[in-house]
Amino acid sequence: MQSLESKNRVFCNGRCITGHNIGIFIFAVLLISIISGLFFGFDCPYLTKRLSPAIPIFAALLFLMVICCILRTAFTDPGILPRATPEEIRYLEKSDNLQNAPLTGRVIEVQMRGGHVMKLKFCQTCKIFRPPRVSHCSLCDACIANFDHHCPWVGNCVGLRNYRYFYLFLFSLSLLCIYIFVFNIINIVLRAQDASTVADAIRDTPATIVEALVCFISIWSVIGLWGYHTYLICRSMTTNEDIKDTWRSTRRGETLSNPFSRGHSLLNCFSALCGPLPPSFLNLRAIIKQENNIPKTATGTNNNLHDTLQYHPDENGIYNNRVWDSSAENPPHSFQMKQQQRPYVLRDYV
Amino acid sequence: MEVTTRLTSEHSIKLFIQRDYSEGTAVKFQERFPAELEGKIDRGKFVDIIRHVNSIYAEAESLSCKAFMENCCACLTGYLLLLCMPTHYEKCVRRAAQYISEENDRTLTQNGIFMIDPMEKGLRCIEVCISSNR
Repeated sequence: MQSLESKNRVFCNGRCITGHNIGIFIFAVLLISIISGLFFGFDCPYLTKRLSPAIPIFAALLFLMVICCILRTAFTDPGILPRATPEEIRYLEKSDNLQNAPLTGRVIEVQMRGGHVMKLKFCQTCKIFRPPRVSHCSLCDACIANFDHHCPWVGNCVGLRNYRYFYLFLFSLSLLCIYIFVFNIINIVLRAQDASTVADAIRDTPATIVEALVCFISIWSVIGLWGYHTYLICRSMTTNEDIKDTWRSTRRGETLSNPFSRGHSLLNCFSALCGPLPPSFLNLRAIIKQENNIPKTATGTNNNLHDTLQYHPDENGIYNNRVWDSSAENPPHSFQMKQQQRPYVLRDYV
Repeated sequence: MEVTTRLTSEHSIKLFIQRDYSEGTAVKFQERFPAELEGKIDRGKFVDIIRHVNSIYAEAESLSCKAFMENCCACLTGYLLLLCMPTHYEKCVRRAAQYISEENDRTLTQNGIFMIDPMEKGLRCIEVCISSNR
């Protein structure tokens, strides 16, 4: 049994995965869209006439980038590690009996090249020894590779596989905030020059003041967070490690340096943002064999939204066929055909 | 397929080759010979297979110019590029899976051993099944 037991939601035939509670994420997307919409509706016509038509074009590009990045962050698998199968648990219980402890209390110590001793703790929920930098997210109820934090604004964990999108989101959002704020002020100043007083100018475009206020409030936290993550990337740390102060604690008087740092901050940036990215460890698009004639099937492409997808390996085999990007190899119709032959096992999302 | 079903019957033993984290979080499996396989297969042969799998994953994880260019291009196209072509990492993972299945056909199944692509376990361990009816 290898179904996805975490609290994640899965959309679009397993192409998208996101966290349990996405209310704040929807709020964030709406807020960004509304503020940008007000900017396009109320400021851009005047600014285009007065200054240049390039202003709305750049704003639109930035806005698209922000939306792409937030969607990408929210719907990418952050690096969820699949849970152990019963056979694996049995094997782990049999082996390494030196500690004479139940599996849950065991710790594996790994001597690293740099002299560090990493302690791999056993995860009670996922039944695995958590590899270095893996942490269990209680909100998603899954172990996440390179766990950074669970971000409510994107409604998903930020981990190995979506950290770069998250960073780009912060970067582009900072730019968008500054851009809108600066042009709000320019708008008011120019209108105040045309009209006689500032009050008249504000009365002409009430939306501008609202935008400027929202931008002014959010600009500090967004830029602050972006700066913080830049600092973390340069030092090759995760938020989780920074909060727990993993690498700055001194033991026996000597300071332990971060073993995952590549030595130079530029190199760290480079590997965090442009380094190789592993494919998802989950096999969400696998075609599931029907177990005992579950009546509910999905044959269309979109009617399984908001449903949690369970995936099982074949009854008699452990070799759970991975469907390597079927989109690239098979034309869409052939994939749908396969889907109709062997439907997904679906369960209502509770 | 016939081999798979035979080997995963109740009479088989499974063992798991764990990851080696001594060099960091890069994917690397322990290159030691498991005691359960004693007498089933040549020690050097088995370690060689693990070593080769490790080398494929090391190539996938390496900070090469190619991976850098690939990611930069993907970023510039809004990551739409990744929808149309597999990444360097994906190619390597597929190559490792292919290598393992080739080795299964070539040497391992003859000795009653079946190795499974580590991607099935989220790259945490390599699952090896030993058939006991041999």
